[in-house]
Amino acid sequence: MTDDPIIDPSLLRGLTQSRFTRRDLFRYAGVAGGALGLSAFLAACGTKGVATGSGGAGKPNANMGDAAWWGQQTLHKTLDFDNWPYYMDIGPNNSHPSLDEFTKKTGIKVNYTENIQDNPSYWNQHIFPQLSHGQSQGHDIIVLTNNDYPLGYMLNFGWAIPLDHGSMPNFDKYASKLVTNPSYDPGNTYTMAWQSGYTLIAYNTKYIKDEITTVDVLWDPKYKGKIGMFGNASELGCLGLLAIGKDPATSTPADWTAAAAKLQEQKPLVRSYYDQDYIKALKSEDTWISMAWSGDIFQAGIQGYDTLKTAVPQEGVMFWTDNMLMPYTASNPKDAMTYMDYVYDPKVQAVIEDYNNYVCPVPSSKGIIGTELHDPAVANSPLVFPNAAMVAAAKPYYQWKNTQDLKTWNDTFQPIYLG
Amino acid sequence: MSVATSADAGARDLSVEIPPRRGNRRRWTSYILPTYSWLVIVYLLIPIAFMVLYSFNQSSSRLPQVNYKWEGFTTRWYQQWNGIPGLADAFFLSIKLALATTVVAAILGTLLALALVKYRFRGKAVTEQTLFTNIAAPEIVLGASLLGFFITLNLPLGFTTLLLAHVMFSIAYVTITVRARLSGYDMNVEWAAQDLGATPWVTFWKVTMPLIYPGIMAGALLAFALSIDDFVTSSFVAGNSTTFPLWVYAAIRVGIPPQVFVFGTVIFTVGVVVAAMNLVSQGRRKRRDEAARRKAEEAPEENVIDIESEFNVAVR
Amino acid sequence: MVLFIVPMITMVSLSLSTCDPITLACQNTWHFAEFRQVVQQYHTQLLRAIVYAGVATVIDLAIAFPLAYWIAFYGGRKKNFFLLMLLVPFFVSFVIRTTAWQFLLADQGPILQPLKSIGLLPENYHVLATWIAVVAGLAYNYLPFTALPLYVALERIDRHVVEAAGDLYSNRRSVFMRVIFPLAIPGIFAAFLLTFVPAAGDFVNASILGGTNTTVIGQIIRSAFLDNSDYPAASALSAILMAAMLIGIFLYAKVLGSRTIEEYI
Repeated sequence: MTDDPIIDPSLLRGLTQSRFTRRDLFRYAGVAGGALGLSAFLAACGTKGVATGSGGAGKPNANMGDAAWWGQQTLHKTLDFDNWPYYMDIGPNNSHPSLDEFTKKTGIKVNYTENIQDNPSYWNQHIFPQLSHGQSQGHDIIVLTNNDYPLGYMLNFGWAIPLDHGSMPNFDKYASKLVTNPSYDPGNTYTMAWQSGYTLIAYNTKYIKDEITTVDVLWDPKYKGKIGMFGNASELGCLGLLAIGKDPATSTPADWTAAAAKLQEQKPLVRSYYDQDYIKALKSEDTWISMAWSGDIFQAGIQGYDTLKTAVPQEGVMFWTDNMLMPYTASNPKDAMTYMDYVYDPKVQAVIEDYNNYVCPVPSSKGIIGTELHDPAVANSPLVFPNAAMVAAAKPYYQWKNTQDLKTWNDTFQPIYLG
Repeated sequence: MSVATSADAGARDLSVEIPPRRGNRRRWTSYILPTYSWLVIVYLLIPIAFMVLYSFNQSSSRLPQVNYKWEGFTTRWYQQWNGIPGLADAFFLSIKLALATTVVAAILGTLLALALVKYRFRGKAVTEQTLFTNIAAPEIVLGASLLGFFITLNLPLGFTTLLLAHVMFSIAYVTITVRARLSGYDMNVEWAAQDLGATPWVTFWKVTMPLIYPGIMAGALLAFALSIDDFVTSSFVAGNSTTFPLWVYAAIRVGIPPQVFVFGTVIFTVGVVVAAMNLVSQGRRKRRDEAARRKAEEAPEENVIDIESEFNVAVR
Repeated sequence: MVLFIVPMITMVSLSLSTCDPITLACQNTWHFAEFRQVVQQYHTQLLRAIVYAGVATVIDLAIAFPLAYWIAFYGGRKKNFFLLMLLVPFFVSFVIRTTAWQFLLADQGPILQPLKSIGLLPENYHVLATWIAVVAGLAYNYLPFTALPLYVALERIDRHVVEAAGDLYSNRRSVFMRVIFPLAIPGIFAAFLLTFVPAAGDFVNASILGGTNTTVIGQIIRSAFLDNSDYPAASALSAILMAAMLIGIFLYAKVLGSRTIEEYI
């Protein structure tokens, strides 16, 4: 290794030539891809929205839903139904007996999912991105509440399939007045109620011995740190309006500001602004008094939390409805119609109602629940089959006139729980 | 032997134990630090212990919810593991997604790390900055921007978008981990191998890979953990599919079924088993390495001759 | 990389756009006023997020450093085992972990109740729904992100250097302060980065464990996207959050020395 060796030229070439390795390939691919994406993207800065007016991506066929169209639909023997959790009767092995009955009777197989947690995030994750591009969102029936904006958007954008009014015999015959021809969907053009409910006050009798007559109890400093409220602009706002003595449905932006001020006063006393998990706080006694949904408290009682009770304050309670509707991308509309009407058969409704204990859309089920299902507690509850007093106490939500209106509402109330 | 020595240093396990000295030091290293470390691990495991324990809890309510009051031991939930519709599917989807992400991210991340360490190329600085910003960006930002991106591209949200999103944030972590491993290692080893006639492919497999293997494994493990537990990004791009964390978060609002704890316990047990297996194989590998090293050390003369003759042949 | 750059650009572009609220079609109008508006509205939450994340990161660094030190220097054969044990709890979904903490930290739960019955804590003391619970949750959930980079940095320190230092300096403390710790600084920096940044954007801990005045910027961004469909505001907030992170990190790196960030990662 001492002399200067004569180096073989081929070796020299091999040592100095750059080799094209896998890594080079990747590098170039990455750079190329990046450049491509970038240029394509800069060319089209902006996102497509919903096309209004006629035509355009995201608008259903104009004939969809009229009589001729329905005449052409056939049963496909399969159905995708997306709902809120714990809204369907549960049998052994976590089956749903009423759905199994439906399948036995009609041969339609139901694919039941419970993806809906709250209206806005469902809209923003499962409806708007897909439907605005004409893509299917995967379900034939979905359930939206009338106390938040997604339902309004669905109907205003024309994204729901009009119901086949010729195939709704059960609904026409048995549906309760509370859910027929609602203000948000005149003539039930697009929706049929699944269940309704009350937003009222729940309290733990273990800690609260007084009688509850007014919503002001939620402002009582005695219960500081043990009060639960909803972290939802529409529910919170409506409660605030009730507290200052205004009827939410006819309120004005000036009222909203006043209500927001009152809610701000309450803030130091509130433990937290909850979503659906307010019920856990009540059960674990983190809160002693809370805004609540009627059916949840009922179910809690059955689970053994018998110190939890509901109260109907004199200012009133909010009455909301969860509605079934078909998005325009539904692939099995006729099966969907069949199911939606099937649920209004009093016998069927009785089974479902006995489980979820919200406000029943079929008054005739009352008798069946009382006798055949041996459940007088549910049958006689004014929270499930409202009596005249409950109907009088029930207040409808505020309907936003346009998006600016919605924005004003949100800007007024969101800072309370998001601040 | 200089080449061999530095290779040896790079390959040798750097955990030469510093012999404990008397007094203070001994107390620290033999008692306080280990106890502290075990305590930390126990602290990490507290909620897990709770989960495992309550997966065996009896529940008398008719709703499939975890019972927070202890009511008795039962293995019922393990037998009914498939009882909740959608939960098992979400679980397996998460597993599939995590495995796929790990594989893809490990490969791409390693390649990227190698490229960044060894080559200078146009756009290298940009790539490095992007990598950095990728880590610096909070997940909610990533998720939201990806959602907007996929919508603009008209891509249907589902497994594909989930995979793309997961790979995207995992690559950065893998790259960093592998790079951390790489920057401690001597380039000369590779050049030496190539001088000795190895093709790039062989060099890669027989020289580079074993050296960076622990880094790749660490990165892959991190990618797996990130993917299987990812919530924020997934919640934006999952569309209609549900991953396990998404399912559980949704269920949290109303009440988690005990089967969730069952699945959690299963994942945890698998992880512990893997850790234990690794421990055992470490022991075996160490013994094997030591045996090989002893053999090599016993015949140093041969090695020297080999290199010299190789060089002579090549140089002629 | 495509997957990262392009969405980032989308986001910035969206933050400068105006979206027609009815059709939700957005056009880039270079609407810079959005930034000022969201900062005015939400600077409290932004600060809160940074403070909570900062505290949690410091806690994590304090907890993780001795642990990483021990594993790196004294772990021996069991090193990988410990690292895995550090990571395995995080395979279990963090939602489960946070729920477990929610149960454990409940007012009448297994931790607070005994302390209350022996009188160490006042009867209506609660941990949940306070910032303490949120920070504790953050610290718990991001511990591995701190421990792993620390471990990697410590493990790479050449033992020969440490031995030499041991020969040169008289006591172990000097060895640590003058040799090991300075060499570990890049690792500390990386650990800080990998913990602080995700923690600042986290919203789950605040929403599950927090209360009425613990709202952080992550929750605002989430609400803007998923509740209000207010893409411009949400994008603006996200951009600001990221910018805050980047600025903070560059400053921190400058303080530590003139090395480029990349060398630390």
